[in-house]
Amino acid sequence: MTTVSLSNMQQRIRASQIPPVYAILVVVFVGAIIIDAIFGRGQMLSGPILTNMVVRSVALGIVAVGQTYVMIGASIDLSVAFMISVTAVLASFVMQGDPNKVLIAVVIVFLVGILIGLVNGLIITKLKVNPFIATLGVGLLLKGFLNASFTNFVGAVPASFQTLGYGEIGPIPVSILMLLGVALIGGFILQRTRYGAHLYGVGGSEEVARLSGLRTDRVLIMAHIICAITAVISGLFIVSRLRSGAPWVGPDGLYDLESIAAVVVGGTALSGGKGGVAGTIAGVLIFAILDTMFNQIGMDAFLKQFLRGAIIILAVASYTYRYKGEVA
Amino acid sequence: MSELTTTNNGPSTWQRFAARARSVNPIYVIMILLLLGVGYLNPRFLEVNGFLAFLRRAAPIMILTAGQLYVLVSGGFDLSVGSIVTLVVIGGALMIDNDPANTWWVILVLLAGGVVVGLVNGFIVAYLKVPSLIATLGMLLVLRGAGLYWSGGAPRGYLTDNFRIFGRGNIENLPLVDKFPYAVIVLAIVGILATYLFHRMVYGRQLLALGDNPRAAKLSGVRTNRVRILAFVISAVSAVIAGILLGGFSGVNIEAGTGLELQAISAAVLGGAVLLGGSGSVPAAMAGALALELLFALLNLLGLPKPLRDAVQGLIIISAVAYAALGTRRSK
Repeated sequence: MTTVSLSNMQQRIRASQIPPVYAILVVVFVGAIIIDAIFGRGQMLSGPILTNMVVRSVALGIVAVGQTYVMIGASIDLSVAFMISVTAVLASFVMQGDPNKVLIAVVIVFLVGILIGLVNGLIITKLKVNPFIATLGVGLLLKGFLNASFTNFVGAVPASFQTLGYGEIGPIPVSILMLLGVALIGGFILQRTRYGAHLYGVGGSEEVARLSGLRTDRVLIMAHIICAITAVISGLFIVSRLRSGAPWVGPDGLYDLESIAAVVVGGTALSGGKGGVAGTIAGVLIFAILDTMFNQIGMDAFLKQFLRGAIIILAVASYTYRYKGEVA
Repeated sequence: MSELTTTNNGPSTWQRFAARARSVNPIYVIMILLLLGVGYLNPRFLEVNGFLAFLRRAAPIMILTAGQLYVLVSGGFDLSVGSIVTLVVIGGALMIDNDPANTWWVILVLLAGGVVVGLVNGFIVAYLKVPSLIATLGMLLVLRGAGLYWSGGAPRGYLTDNFRIFGRGNIENLPLVDKFPYAVIVLAIVGILATYLFHRMVYGRQLLALGDNPRAAKLSGVRTNRVRILAFVISAVSAVIAGILLGGFSGVNIEAGTGLELQAISAAVLGGAVLLGGSGSVPAAMAGALALELLFALLNLLGLPKPLRDAVQGLIIISAVAYAALGTRRSK
């Protein structure tokens, strides 16, 4: 391949708007297949393992789509892990295994989620509290109330509700379709609607957006509500797989920090205004591929965590290291 | 008060006092109120020994907060400190291997390890330009994974008495106070050094300049990368010291440091540190940490269930930051 056609290809990739993280995704995937072939059982490419790989990334993927919104708006949401717990516990508590209560439970958890997102957004925009502290504080509030009210698994979801977690339409699990749906809708709103454009504007420069007549507070509050809604969907998916909710399901899954890591690995800047859902999904898939590969080669769970941390840093460094300015 | 108001020329003593009181960081007032509250419910607390025993318990988080402040002022976050504490406790027990003779070199190795972790954090942020939130989150996972792998996922071995003396021991048979905790001496030394370096030396000014406006700092000749990296080293070393005290106080536990990073950030913010840099004070941040511990003690004495403490902590940090943010907006 000559340099001319290489740069030609680079241009074409740039023109097609594929986020650069997809190059990392391909490298990681090929690397994982090779490592698995040498040290593992060489089954990475089999259907069940590939399917399982995607199913395992559904919970993180959905909430990461919402996290993408707040981070494009130059905000952050550290309360999602406890929102997931609240949803899981509340849903199974209200349902108590009764199929007739599914609807009311779902309505309740969505209302609670929207309320929490609204509170996050209001604290950040109206009280001018740094988003890191605001959502950390709201997360602590949720944690306190959860642990004070529930100590263990409570209630149960009815079998019909478990379709969400375990059902299949043809060969494809319902959960994967759900992730796909959330990602497509999330991507569509960001790229093709006026609201999406406004959010990029607010994240890029709040001042400029405000001076050009945007109601920046509303835009950011909406982003927090959207993020909360994705946390609720994630929570519903998790409780449908676990059959019952417990206060620790969110924080134990590290959904707060991992969703932020997936969004940043996907190319969304912490400073806001840049990025997108497609990159985030690639970030989530990278984590899923690594997890699956580590399992296939039987790696120690703790070593996995070690490597995961190192890979997050290296992946982000791969796009940031050329930057000339100061980063804190 | 009547004799004060009689002096008519110049601001009265009372006015001067009021002006000075307004410039006092509110965290000190909050701290004293909490102190009185706890003392009212438990009078033993206001006795010298009761208070020293409380300081001993609060020392690790106060030291951690002093270190975290340096990174916060530079404009970053250090999320790795909790996992450093855990690794110090786990690694300390494993390296000492039940032989008190090992304690001294193990402490040196732990401190050196802290320097290395801080250097790596700082290098990743300063040279690879990875935002510190992500860099230190990655480090958190790396260190947690390393600690659990090293210990096999369960606490093994124990810390010898000569290691634990720093965290729980007292100098006995003293005049006046009867006994004085070693941890409070360590706290005082760290507090004085951290305050001196931040408020009395050029480095502190450079750090504030860097956090306030990195570009301006660089253009005016501050070696920004060095300043930034040193902040991460200070934070990591303070985490090692906190880990040594905490290991001494409560023994080997694989959850020893979990969540401490967020508690330290909350405490520094309570003490008036501004996230994303440029403002902060070491004594106020340490007072913030003490106030948080006092708050926990108070809630405990009031018989509030433990989980609700989290809720109250959440409410308090949001209110404190909102109060500060709305206050500065009004004064503009």
